[in-house]
Amino acid sequence: MRPFDYQRPDGLDHAALLERDGGALIAGGTNLLDLMKLQVETPDTLVDINRIGLDELEPTDDGGIRIGALVSNSVCAADPRIRADWPVLSRAILSGASGQLRNKATTGGNLCQRTRCYYFMNIDMPCNKREPGTGCSALNGRNRIHAVLGANENCIATYPGDMAVAMYALDATVEIAGPDKASRSVKIRDFHRLPGDMPQRDNVLEPGEVITGVTLPAPVGGTQLYRKVRERSSYAFALVSIAAVIRMEEGAISHASLAFGSMAHKPWHDPRIDAALTGAKPSDALFDKVADLLLENAEGYGENDFKIPLARRTVKAVLREATGAST
Amino acid sequence: MSKSITLDQPDQRNLLDRMAQGTIGKPVNRLEGPDKVSGVATYAAEFSAPGAANGVLVTSTISKGEVALIDEASVMGMPGVLAVISDQRMIARPAQGGAGEAPVQQVKQIDYWGQPVAVVVAETFEQARDAAKRLKITYNADDMSDVVLNPEDADSWEEGPGTETVEQGALPQAMSEAAYSVDATYTTEGHNSAPMEPHAALAEWDGTKLTVHASLQMLNYNIDELADSMGLDAENVHLLSPYVGGGFGSKLGISPDVAAASVAAMQLGRPVRVVLSRQQVFQSVIRRTETTQRVRLAADADGRLQGFGHEAKVTNLPEEEFAEPVTQASAFLYPGQDRVLKVEMGRIHRMTAGSVRAPGEAVGMQALEAAMDELAEESGIGPVELRLRNIPERHPSDDVPYSSRRLAECLKAGAEAFGWDDKDRKPAQRREGEWWIGTGMATAARIHNLSKAEASVTLMEDGTAVVATDMTDIGTGTYTILGQIAGEMLGLEPSDVLVRLGDSDLARGPGSGGSWGAASSGSAVQIACEAIREELCDMLGCEDEDLTLKDGFAIHNNKRQSLPELLNGRSIEKLGKLKPGETEDDFAQASYGAFFTEVAVNAYTGETRIRRMSGAFGIGRVLNEKTAKSQCMGGMVWCIGSALMEDMMFDHRDGHLANCDLAEYHVPVNRDVPHLDVIMVEERDPAASPLQAKGVGELGICGGAGAICNAIYNACGVRLRSFPMTPDKLIDHLPEI
Ligand SMILES: Cc1cc2nc3c(=O)[nH]c(=O)nc-3n(C[C@H](O)[C@H](O)[C@H](O)COP(=O)(O)OP(=O)(O)OC[C@H]3O[C@@H](n4cnc5c(N)ncnc54)[C@H](O)[C@@H]3O)c2cc1C
Ligand code: SF4
Repeated sequence: MRPFDYQRPDGLDHAALLERDGGALIAGGTNLLDLMKLQVETPDTLVDINRIGLDELEPTDDGGIRIGALVSNSVCAADPRIRADWPVLSRAILSGASGQLRNKATTGGNLCQRTRCYYFMNIDMPCNKREPGTGCSALNGRNRIHAVLGANENCIATYPGDMAVAMYALDATVEIAGPDKASRSVKIRDFHRLPGDMPQRDNVLEPGEVITGVTLPAPVGGTQLYRKVRERSSYAFALVSIAAVIRMEEGAISHASLAFGSMAHKPWHDPRIDAALTGAKPSDALFDKVADLLLENAEGYGENDFKIPLARRTVKAVLREATGAST
Repeated sequence: MSKSITLDQPDQRNLLDRMAQGTIGKPVNRLEGPDKVSGVATYAAEFSAPGAANGVLVTSTISKGEVALIDEASVMGMPGVLAVISDQRMIARPAQGGAGEAPVQQVKQIDYWGQPVAVVVAETFEQARDAAKRLKITYNADDMSDVVLNPEDADSWEEGPGTETVEQGALPQAMSEAAYSVDATYTTEGHNSAPMEPHAALAEWDGTKLTVHASLQMLNYNIDELADSMGLDAENVHLLSPYVGGGFGSKLGISPDVAAASVAAMQLGRPVRVVLSRQQVFQSVIRRTETTQRVRLAADADGRLQGFGHEAKVTNLPEEEFAEPVTQASAFLYPGQDRVLKVEMGRIHRMTAGSVRAPGEAVGMQALEAAMDELAEESGIGPVELRLRNIPERHPSDDVPYSSRRLAECLKAGAEAFGWDDKDRKPAQRREGEWWIGTGMATAARIHNLSKAEASVTLMEDGTAVVATDMTDIGTGTYTILGQIAGEMLGLEPSDVLVRLGDSDLARGPGSGGSWGAASSGSAVQIACEAIREELCDMLGCEDEDLTLKDGFAIHNNKRQSLPELLNGRSIEKLGKLKPGETEDDFAQASYGAFFTEVAVNAYTGETRIRRMSGAFGIGRVLNEKTAKSQCMGGMVWCIGSALMEDMMFDHRDGHLANCDLAEYHVPVNRDVPHLDVIMVEERDPAASPLQAKGVGELGICGGAGAICNAIYNACGVRLRSFPMTPDKLIDHLPEI
């Protein structure tokens, strides 16, 4: 860990936030501090945002809910409104990390958590994400946990988290405050990036920007599932995960929204999948079609090849369960 | 002053059962438990020493070559930095368990990725850590195409040092004539010891004497290892390890932190603390080798083994003399006159391979027991019945009798408790929702080790007692059972016995390793107490048979006298000495048991979850029902790890370890561990130790992963021969959905 300065603003309009150049925001610190110890992250300044407020869940005018950026994962998952109306989010959060970590982890920090690529976390290894231009060690290395969708030879890392996958299925919006007090909002489905030729950038946040919250649109009801596949049943990142929101009416699917985790550099959402499901009657043929759409451009890099059949089978498990088709 | 026993004959006296206190065997709570959970127990890195500086190891980023230059100037100007040390007394590898001499020391000669090359010392830990990361080192790396990094590339295979090759009769012929046979090859991946407490040392040097607080399992040997490394006389080395937060083999020998802290303290003339990072625990200490194991079983029409083969390939660094003794239990567990047992070793450049959790049986038994299940299926004989039919009369190669062996009772008691159906073994029959449900079983076996041990016991004038030995308690319950043994012998409750451990100035014990601690150190305590009883008898003018000690009173001839009254201001100190003797060769000695488990395999994803697991174990005398059961449970948890997740993932291109923390190297968490049912099958083994106790610590991990493998097959019909059995290995073989 390198020496760093420490500032703790008490509000969003504090100079430390407004006139920030460089430095890193620290919220729960559960990801950032680990990476600082490994010297993967070496900020000169830590701006501690734990005292700026933004730690509540509030209803929005259109029947949705705004989750403040500093709401802890535990509080969010336990909130009665989230549990009743957006249960997929609660389930996704509770499937992640451990009770202790969730108590510290925040909504904003969780969205910005970095990949678990082994080479990214080892500063003695080449890595385009950590040091652009040095190469991708995972491409021909240990890549069991890596991406099969949307990757390229620059980087095959995944976004590893769970919470965001549910937010993708729920079509949430990320609210962002800029250094000049300007604010903007970005659809969460556009928030994380694919590696392209800038694998160092995980998401669309610009320097100096702060996530202030995430809003969920009004509840859509239906069956909401979060399915996380992993060899260790807890305290492990997903090999593949699926967030599903499915509403049935008269034997047909009237609303469908699926998002997929740990398969790409961002949680994966494909509007064609939701469209194919909506209005259709559940059948194995339909579920196969969903898997085909999901995996049509999937590519394995050796050790992670299994994620392709695994995702196909998990799609079937989730859709059968969500639509009430027999298992 | 001292009493010594050499176990040349079984010790039939069974002293503990003759005593009256009634504390032995009871589920007494761990005496040091409250201190541990309240944070009062002090671990190595937590000791304070005025003016202590902090050192952080710098480790190599190449797998083979040499250090060309350490650019000390690159960090010496940084705040707080005191020294960059790359002294030839530092150690490049940990000492193997029981080495008793310095391990390989040339830190500038690189043999594996992660090898310590220097230690940076600064006023604070943070300053040292920063400087250690910034230190510029130039290497002359060897041509990587000449460096063997992976087992499959090893260019020659030698007989594993310390392992025994058996070639008896004609196994190929037995295989071809067998009514039923299995010839299968299994693989296991490398395991890390993964103790909770990272290796740590705080060294102090007064110009003559070196005192080190360290996290070590075997002080008796560690003294010599450190003295030899530092060029000091053993008398001038003092080690303290009162609490050890788990070792699992990785703290048997001295680790790099111990030598680095010592060298730095001697050079700087002030105390120095060195704590390994979690990554260094994984990269720079010890691994269990990966293994490839061929098992050949040749049975007659009744399922009785006529031929038996177990051949393993393991690896280690050049010069290391440890080879995972994979076939250790195979030598005595099953019959078969036509026999081949062999461990071959290849030399590769990965970190030192050494003892990790039941070296040998932990991986050997899981493969063997998976093969036995294949034989059960092949022959149509129930898995339990097959094992019952294959309990040899005498050791199949050495032709000696077994000491105690309640294997059949364990198989039956375990099956009964679990509700095992030995007949209906057709796979893929039971489905609950998405899950295939299946059951599997395996035998447990682990050799019994006994070691030379000394312990001193003092009966104080106030009628309490003090037990003192350099033995360690690595979380197993040593403090408690030694207190119970002394309490039983002297008629005291364990709370009236103070047990002092982990100080090398005390009587020399064998340390904690190889499950020998309780039987060896416990026997030394019993012997010391015998000597105290003899002295009391002299005072009373009676024979030992006529003396009853209970609740702090001496009773004889219908007279009851309190110990303080009897001692009348005196205290009695005795040294007990145990030496292993001829019973070691005259009997095949081992602990035995049986595992039964029910698993669920997800039909879609191949995730495996353990639903329940029972184990029945015969470990000789049970000294403390609670700590013994806890040891067995711990072992069963490791079985789950070995079966389903543990896997050291090396990069095949440069030999570095990719998953080097507890987030990425998976050991079981609470949710992976269902209710574990442990049944203790009581027995007495006079040949194993004067206590009539055998080893227990490691038994619970020896075979259980095989039971899980067999249960996975029974659940979904997929036979995996590759551990750990992760979803990626199952997915392509699962039935269509
Ligand atoms: C052992 C372990 C296991 C885990 N397992 C899982 C798991 O199974 N599933 C899962 O989803 N996660 C898992 N996690 C990750 C965990 O969810 C994240 O570490 C956590 O959510 C990060 O939140 P934080 O508030 O602690 O972020 P911090 O560590 O404080 O910050 C993380 C990043 O976000 C940035 N940041 C924080 N807040 C803001 C903001 N408001 N605006 C802009 N940028 C911001 C920081 O600058 C930093 O770059 C695990 C973590 C660990 C250590
Ligand atoms: S996958 Fe991405 S993060 Fe991992 S080594 Fe390659 S570039 Fe770095």
